[in-house]
Amino acid sequence: MKHPIAYMTGHLQNFTVGHGFWSFQLDTIGISWALGILILGAGWAVGRHLDEDRPTGLQNVLEAVVEFVDDQIQGIFPVKDPLIGPLALTVFLWVLLMNMMDELPIDLLPTVAGWFGVHHFRSTPTADPYTTLGMALCVFILTLVYNVRNKGLLGYLKGYLVHPFGPYLFPFNVLMTLVEEIAKPLSLGLRLFGNMFAGELVFLLIALLPWWAGWVADTGWGIFHLLIIALQAFIFMILTIMYLAMAAAEEGGAH
Amino acid sequence: MTISVTLFVQMASFLLLVFFINRVLWGPLTALLARRQKRIADGLAAAEEGRRALDRAHNQEEEILKLARERAAAILDHADHRARGLVDEARERAQQEGEQMMALLRAEAAAETTRLREALRHDVARLALLGAERVVQREIDGRLHEDLLHQVMEQL
Repeated sequence: MKHPIAYMTGHLQNFTVGHGFWSFQLDTIGISWALGILILGAGWAVGRHLDEDRPTGLQNVLEAVVEFVDDQIQGIFPVKDPLIGPLALTVFLWVLLMNMMDELPIDLLPTVAGWFGVHHFRSTPTADPYTTLGMALCVFILTLVYNVRNKGLLGYLKGYLVHPFGPYLFPFNVLMTLVEEIAKPLSLGLRLFGNMFAGELVFLLIALLPWWAGWVADTGWGIFHLLIIALQAFIFMILTIMYLAMAAAEEGGAH
Repeated sequence: MTISVTLFVQMASFLLLVFFINRVLWGPLTALLARRQKRIADGLAAAEEGRRALDRAHNQEEEILKLARERAAAILDHADHRARGLVDEARERAQQEGEQMMALLRAEAAAETTRLREALRHDVARLALLGAERVVQREIDGRLHEDLLHQVMEQL
């Protein structure tokens, strides 16, 4: 019989090398890289012989995904932009695949890692806040770049003074806008992290049930979690597009 | 949670992945989709152009047919006219010829009648003379009785 607390805390620790600031969480990094390379490999394999007239197999899938992402961008983004497309596609595919790792049996990768003397291993990179907040931070930095490029540094900072209560209440405005701007990346990253972490936690709890109950609960939660996986990948992508669209909008976009 | 280097590794990984996905996936596929879209648009435009050309050809065809029909009608009309003229002419000529022939025949018949009558008269005169010879039991000399013969013939 597994000890519940030890089991769960053991599963919630990353495979970490180094100390303090210089601690590399090799499971998160390794799996996210592996999935990134998987995406690039698929793209490379399809790109080697693209067939314009008779697309087959993986090319169809990737074409559909690209068109889907492009449709979202066309609907939201106010201007043509060379970066938003690959950015949104990367967010969608990468987050989707990283979330998918949650669907693997919760003990599979930790057990395999255990054979190689690694005692803690977490398979879902998006259940690690470093991944989700890292991506959210990148999006935040890009919104800053877009804002400054679009409105000028002074124009952007002026938004902090006059929005949302008009120029006479500027101290409140600065406070409100600051909170608003910081809340965006924070909520973006934490939403995904929270969903995936909770999903992982539920799988862990189910793993503690007796096998005859665990089997049914695992299947049920696994199916439901698929929905969350796809939904969270989609939400992260849509919000990325929307935040950047606001920053790139001609005016009044910093809302 | 403290900030660790993993955060920056993940940020760098993300940006790097965006760069490479643009290179191998987004770029080629959007270019492909754009090409296909253009080809489809071009194909549809060509089809539309073809349809318009067909319409034009249909219109032209109708015009040509109409013209041909008109010309054929004119030709028929002309031919009809001409045929009627020819028939009339032929009838006229036939009538004339028939009349000429008739006149000729009539003249011939008249001549024949005269000739026959003359011959008949001769025969009758000779018969009369012969009869007279029998009656008078002597020969009537033709030369001597020339006058008489002529008188008889005149009376017949």
